[in-house]
Amino acid sequence: MNDTVASSAQRAERLQGMGCARKRVEDIRFVQGKGNYVDDLKLPGMLHGDFVRSPYGHARIKKIDASKAKELPGVIAVLTAADLKPLSLHYMPTLAGDVQAVLAEEKVLFQNQEVAFVLATDRYVAADGVELVEVEYEALPVVVDPFKAMAPDAPVLREDIKDKTDGAHGKRVHHNHIFNWQIGDREATDTAFQRAPVTIKELISYQRVHPAPLETCQCVASFDKIKGELTVWGTFQAPHVIRTVASLISKIPEHKIHVIAPDIGGGFGNKVGAYPGYICAVVASIVTGQPVKWVEDRIENLSATAFARDYHMTTEIAATADGRVTGLRVHVLADHGGFDACADPTQWPAGFFNIVTGSYDFPVAHVSVDGVYTNKAPGGVAYRCSFRVTEAAYCIERAMDILAQKLGMDPADLRMKNLIRREQFPYRSALGWEYDSGDYKMALQKALDAVDYHALRAEQKERQEAFRRGETRELMGIGVAFFTEIVGAGPSRNCDILGIAMFDSAEIRIHPTGAVIARLGTKSQGQGHETTYAQIIATELGLPADDIAVEEGNTDTAPYGLGTYGSRSTPVSGAATAVAARKIKAKAQMIAAHLLEVHDDDLEWDVDRFRVKGNPERFKTMKELAWAAYHQVPSGLEPGLEAVSYYDPPNMTYPFGAYACVVDVDVDTGVVKVRRFFALDDCGTRINPMIIEGQIHGGLTEAFGIAMGQEIRYDEIGNVTGPSFLDYFMPTAVETPKWETDWTTTPSPHHPIGAKGVGESPNVGGVPCFANAVNDAFKFLGSTHISMPHDNWRTWTAADKLGLHG
Amino acid sequence: MIPGAFAYHRPSSVAEAVTLLSELGEDARPLAGGHSLIPMMKLRIASPEHLVDLAGINDLKGIRAEGNDIVIGAMTTQHELIGSDLLSSLLPIIRETSLLVSDPQVRYVGTLGGNVANGDPGNDMPAVMMCLGATYRVAGPGSERRIAAREFYQGAYFTSLEPGEIITAIHIPVPGPHHGYAYEKLKRKVGDYATAAAAVILTLDQGRVASCSIGLTNVSETPLWAQAAANILIGSTLDAASVKQAVAAAEAITSPASDNRGPAQYRTKMAGVMLTRALARAKERAT
Amino acid sequence: MAKVQITMNVNGKAVEGSVEPRLLLIHFLREQLSLTGPHIGCDTSHCGACTVDLDGKSVKACTVFAVQAQGANILTVEGLAAPDGTLHALQEGFREMHGLQCGFCTPGMIIRAYRLLQENPRPSEAEIRLGISGNLCRCTGYQNIVKAIQFAAAKLSGAALQEAAE
Repeated sequence: MNDTVASSAQRAERLQGMGCARKRVEDIRFVQGKGNYVDDLKLPGMLHGDFVRSPYGHARIKKIDASKAKELPGVIAVLTAADLKPLSLHYMPTLAGDVQAVLAEEKVLFQNQEVAFVLATDRYVAADGVELVEVEYEALPVVVDPFKAMAPDAPVLREDIKDKTDGAHGKRVHHNHIFNWQIGDREATDTAFQRAPVTIKELISYQRVHPAPLETCQCVASFDKIKGELTVWGTFQAPHVIRTVASLISKIPEHKIHVIAPDIGGGFGNKVGAYPGYICAVVASIVTGQPVKWVEDRIENLSATAFARDYHMTTEIAATADGRVTGLRVHVLADHGGFDACADPTQWPAGFFNIVTGSYDFPVAHVSVDGVYTNKAPGGVAYRCSFRVTEAAYCIERAMDILAQKLGMDPADLRMKNLIRREQFPYRSALGWEYDSGDYKMALQKALDAVDYHALRAEQKERQEAFRRGETRELMGIGVAFFTEIVGAGPSRNCDILGIAMFDSAEIRIHPTGAVIARLGTKSQGQGHETTYAQIIATELGLPADDIAVEEGNTDTAPYGLGTYGSRSTPVSGAATAVAARKIKAKAQMIAAHLLEVHDDDLEWDVDRFRVKGNPERFKTMKELAWAAYHQVPSGLEPGLEAVSYYDPPNMTYPFGAYACVVDVDVDTGVVKVRRFFALDDCGTRINPMIIEGQIHGGLTEAFGIAMGQEIRYDEIGNVTGPSFLDYFMPTAVETPKWETDWTTTPSPHHPIGAKGVGESPNVGGVPCFANAVNDAFKFLGSTHISMPHDNWRTWTAADKLGLHG
Repeated sequence: MIPGAFAYHRPSSVAEAVTLLSELGEDARPLAGGHSLIPMMKLRIASPEHLVDLAGINDLKGIRAEGNDIVIGAMTTQHELIGSDLLSSLLPIIRETSLLVSDPQVRYVGTLGGNVANGDPGNDMPAVMMCLGATYRVAGPGSERRIAAREFYQGAYFTSLEPGEIITAIHIPVPGPHHGYAYEKLKRKVGDYATAAAAVILTLDQGRVASCSIGLTNVSETPLWAQAAANILIGSTLDAASVKQAVAAAEAITSPASDNRGPAQYRTKMAGVMLTRALARAKERAT
Repeated sequence: MAKVQITMNVNGKAVEGSVEPRLLLIHFLREQLSLTGPHIGCDTSHCGACTVDLDGKSVKACTVFAVQAQGANILTVEGLAAPDGTLHALQEGFREMHGLQCGFCTPGMIIRAYRLLQENPRPSEAEIRLGISGNLCRCTGYQNIVKAIQFAAAKLSGAALQEAAE
């Protein structure tokens, strides 16, 4: 096999390594309907569980009568809190230092909260059983307005912690208060505001939404009574964490728990934490010794699992008269629902909200966040948000537009004036983050040029005049957003999940014939890891990507990892992959030197081989070295060719982007048509451009859904309104705009391959871009801020308030 | 997600279906396309103990001309309505409306009979049938009868059908070759029910409205036939002032529900906007 | 409730089952026939992940009782590839054009596209988008799904042209 004739470029291309649009490995099974999702699993003797749920938003449970259900043929058992309490499993710890009821004991705190678990021989009988359980409730007054949660006479929601003034994150100042978290220089910020000639202040609310992956949350738990071992297959974005938590709360030793996350039909943060369904399925399996499957339906998913956002941000910017920002002050009221089940790293009860200074050079800033309980579903962090980064970006990008309006400046000009300059990187923000790299002005200019921004503004002016003359009933809006996000959690010094540092891992083993198996601590839910990790290894080790198998999700074989969310796979596990590969490469170099009878330093790497410097016809390919590793290693070295890396990132990474959007608003119906959307993203080194583009399309579509219609809303007595796809706005191919994408590449200086991650960028930048566009349409009529979602009736109402319906 | 249990019947004739429905009474429901009933059963909002599947009855299919009428079998699907050349040439408003009903999969299975018979204020065809002056042919334990669409709807899910009766066909008088038509529907997305929708059929005589009929969807407990609004337009050139008056009259008879599509006042206004746009398009199309 | 015997043809094979009348077709396919290609994504008949081809119509199998499908001819994604394993043009197109990410909507999407192309072999982009408006996707934003269907349309009509010529 003499291919010295093939050039470096040709050999590199054959590897299908980093930078190429390698076709996806996982597609082969998915397009044939041969994916392995949790509900595809059928085990002998498998039982099904289904929940009885509370119709009330806040009520005492007076009585649960399951006798009729238990008499139904096929119903095996009905679990209530009374059955879980002796095992101390009626509550489970949340990731935010709180507890969450697995089955409601004395009261329920949100509509559709889990009250009883019916176990039956099949899912149809289980559903019938649920109908037969009779629960007597005493309704209690409801708190759904977070602004009223801390009123002096507000009802007590959490009686279980009523007298606890010390919460997980400091003092609680009211029975419905969870935490106060602050960061930044309060004094210096207040001073800047006192001195500022221009200030703006606006309440910017980001409505409660839900990630709604197409596959709902589900699991199969199977306890083997003989071996005393528990196996759980589930929709787990972080399978190792689930295993550790399961061990801690069940007291089953961790080596006897096997957690497997198979194919997952979308996660978007909905599948990070644990849910009552998982706990109940595990308990039911332990008690019966049979496998138990729990699959929630869509209404359950939307109304009871991890919601996202519900942040109410009172935002102030101080600036000079000519538009230089001098201070940022934000107070956030965070609605966490009945339990704080927010999936944040431990030290960050408000996630990384302090990225809220965004892409701008604020000299001083201060943030204060108050979390409160309400009678809504628990949670907070989810939905492609990277721990509250979506909230922060929406906040600052709306606020900058409002500031521009006050100053009479173009919003793009205001941004250009305040963007962090390239020379300032690595940039230490006023709220404590060190941004790794970026050339912001170049990126913004590129985006503005791509959409011919000045021509758009000129067209807008003409159309405004035409509107005033009554010649058109459409308003044109132009939205600009420049976001910086913070991903890749994170360094052990400040990032942990329940005490486990947020490193991540890669284990790579090369077989004698040069084939490779790599196992990662992350877990794809559609991001294409089987394809992309292989590309990293292919480039690092010079072996064809098609010869590299990538596995994730089986906690018995995968090295410990913290999972996939917050765009952390590439920054952390991708780094671990490169580091592990380089350990292997270093050993391979020694073997090569030994075989070629030269010194290690006499060798240089060329795509897929080590060759002797100055004598390139003498080389050993990695494939040859793999074979040699199993019988021809130099003395002192062990045989084999593998390595594992647990990578503790030195910093987060900071992808960024410049987005522009053009909308046309039909004033008489409120319908907003997206004429054009341009997204320029910088995620550092690009591993697979096809997959990156796919992530941008998907994230922008989710952003479109959020900005234009999604909301999980509660009425005044605690009913969740519209928790199904009848009402929850899921755009189809008809409503979804066409996306134009472009990029710049500013590698992360601290990352082994310079990659930053990209999955969440489009949701971070997309929402404010849409919102800015809609708001921009009404600006010339005096409108300052219209809240999301920009659905038809709200947009019409905004037009109505401006007197546009004559 | 899981419906309650029921017994399943699949008659092969109208007579058999009617007998079954009469005998089984309130506990039985006819099953047409099922895409209104089955979702309700899955949420356990409806729990019939018997389903009488009409899919096996050939007499309920077919689209044909009968004198000045088009007769459409109740089990004709939206997909079949869209594909019918007869309807496209003589009753183009039907195709226009069908394309706006739900989504492609539902249209393969959802029937005209089902859409007009169950009294759901969100369904699109009832207002169109009222607009067209259609009559429903009804079979039941008694003798066959005809009920005008304009008299059929009593309240939400409450129609003139007596126990044991089913609609077997829809008779529609053809409006004539020069008529203008439009079905204008405002919705949040494809597949959604109308925030508000308006059906218009009109004819012009030397630029003036000779006849006009207006139907409104989902802005009341029942579909609405806006007779007063239409009468205002007779003799007019569909000038802005007349249209404005007609719109006011149409808005006045609406009483929409406030829901996630918007508050009642908004939906009333949207009925007016849809009517305005439907009139404009109908005018363009009239010859 | 007494069970009903049903027979139908699924992916070219005669099958039979003994079902409660209320058993949804999607559960019959997934659990009794072990065809786990079509998926369940909602409970209100909106998402289309359960779409199968039934007697030449794209149908949401979650909104049909198995008993209604007595005697029907059903095609699921598992029946699309050729007997020798050659992927259908749609399956190939979805891979070529990156028309899937998590794969959950994919079986329903492909089967819907199959019927769309049967009825309209050269659809415009707008016709494709309207044609798949009964199928939700959370991952791709539809843009590459459109390209995948266009790829398949071109390939199939190219093949048809060739056949016609021969």
